[in-house]
Amino acid sequence: MSDERAAPRAGIEGRVVVARGAWSLDLDVAVAPGEVVCVIGPNGAGKSTLLRAVCGLTPLTSGRLSLAGTVVDDPAADVLVAAQQRHVGVVFQDYRLFPHLSVRDNVAFGARRSGRSRTAAREQASYWVERLDLASLAGRRPAQLSGGQAQRVALARALASDPSALVLDEPMAALDAGTRIDVRGELRRHLREFSGPTLLVTHDPLDALVLADRLVVLEDGRVTQTGTAHDVARRPASDYVARLLGLNLLRGRADDGDIEVEGGGVLHVPDDAVTGTVLVAVRPSAIALHVERPAGSARNVWPGVVEGLEPIGDRVRVTVAGAPSVLVDVTPGAVSDLHLAPGEPVWLSAKATELEVYPG
Amino acid sequence: MSRRGRSVTAPPWPVAVPAAFALLFLGLPLLGLLVRAPWGRMWSVLTSPTSLDALRLSLITATSATLVSFVVGVPLAWLLARAVFPGRRIARALVTVPLVLPPVVGGIALLLAFGRRGMVGQYLDSCCGITLPFTTPGVVVAEAFVAMPFLIITVEGALRSLDTGLEDAAATLGAGRLEIFRRVTLPLIGPSLIAGGVLTFARALGEFGATITFAGNLPGVTQTLPLAVYVGLEGDPSEAVALSLVLLAVSVLVLVLLRDRWLRTGAAS
Repeated sequence: MSDERAAPRAGIEGRVVVARGAWSLDLDVAVAPGEVVCVIGPNGAGKSTLLRAVCGLTPLTSGRLSLAGTVVDDPAADVLVAAQQRHVGVVFQDYRLFPHLSVRDNVAFGARRSGRSRTAAREQASYWVERLDLASLAGRRPAQLSGGQAQRVALARALASDPSALVLDEPMAALDAGTRIDVRGELRRHLREFSGPTLLVTHDPLDALVLADRLVVLEDGRVTQTGTAHDVARRPASDYVARLLGLNLLRGRADDGDIEVEGGGVLHVPDDAVTGTVLVAVRPSAIALHVERPAGSARNVWPGVVEGLEPIGDRVRVTVAGAPSVLVDVTPGAVSDLHLAPGEPVWLSAKATELEVYPG
Repeated sequence: MSRRGRSVTAPPWPVAVPAAFALLFLGLPLLGLLVRAPWGRMWSVLTSPTSLDALRLSLITATSATLVSFVVGVPLAWLLARAVFPGRRIARALVTVPLVLPPVVGGIALLLAFGRRGMVGQYLDSCCGITLPFTTPGVVVAEAFVAMPFLIITVEGALRSLDTGLEDAAATLGAGRLEIFRRVTLPLIGPSLIAGGVLTFARALGEFGATITFAGNLPGVTQTLPLAVYVGLEGDPSEAVALSLVLLAVSVLVLVLLRDRWLRTGAAS
């Protein structure tokens, strides 16, 4: 970490503070060239404000932001580079394609920046139109495009402006579920090919897992967790992330392999090295339900009462109240075999090895 | 689609009867105009010196008033829609006053402001030798006063409903303010500019009260079409009817133009 800090970086770097009345966004950002950082958080966390600050549409209240080694916003030093001079390519949530221009002219709009001649701009636009496979749509107006095509045009337009950084605001939000998978894969490919830093904002965990090198979890204007998608998914630090990933997250105090869970209950874990305040993450499919008290090898067995059932894909998610209360995934067959219904008493069991315990 | 017979949405008679009455009430006078028009003498009436003068004058003044409205009205519309300044609400209210003010009152107000002894008029007269009342430029002033709000309100509305996100997007793509206005804002409010311009022209062409009060009724100088119609009614009614038909034709043309615009913008969005 200290090496990274010492070396001069050419990406997006700085501390972003934007205050709005009592609410404020306050975080350190560092995105290296070629890196894709995904900011994930609930609505109102400040994700879009962060993007607007980076591309120059919202000035910082305090802090300091540099792009490609140049300070672009520093309220203390009275430095503020306008959006038009920042060279940040933006893919907006609703794409914001110019409705009166064709696909080709939309892409050429950004290509005309920085004193490029008309011919050179047209060549640049053609290049990106080809590159993003838009040639057959070049004459169309944005209103005649599908969501996925519009996203590609927005990306081509941003890339054609030779950006020193790329920011994307919920690039999947405007797409229907059916096209998301294809478009996401394609977007991943294009982002990998971009050599500058990429900052992407989403509230969809799948976007984050597929597209990002690194995740920043933003809640209520503050960073609650950072790390690779793998780390964050395995050891969520907040209820928000756990809910997003469909994991049970329990808080407690660990002492010699026993964890006293907040709100009641004791869990046993194999790792007795962790002590003090801990978080325990458990996959809902790692917990088993029984009608009678199980006699098996599971070390954690406790009683509970079914509160609700909800189908999720080919599984049924059961909410069970107990000490502790958890979500459990079972097969539809198990629901009828065990006569699961709200108000029914059940026994829960979880193997100690299925519990991910880490300092909280 | 045009199947006749019973309909589930047939209006009840307390609605249908007054509605039919209203339609007749609005339509019959126009029919009267068409029926009583001196179709046989139409050409000779319209090419009489008085008529030609009035036609020419009306075209010139209404076009000038529309141009004046564009030059100063569009910037005002932009300010009202986008800028934040003290007294903006008052400014917006002020713009709508001429819409509801009786034009005669507007004419008197113009006299008090720009007349020879008016607040501003006396200085215009003494320092620059400019006199507005009872001159052709005076007609333009009267028409612009009454008609400009149509343009301002139409364009302001278009600017307000325009997604500023598109202008943000243009800025991130390296466009400066003027370039954004030229390449994004202007094309997007284009239909409203045309609609507002057509409305303004039509209103200026039909202006009567403010014109006759402020600019008088001098044939060839300030006697526009509506004034000539009014005067004609006392002398040669058939001339009045013929000139009225010209104004009616222009109104219908305006409606057609606007309808086409609205349809096209509707299809694009």
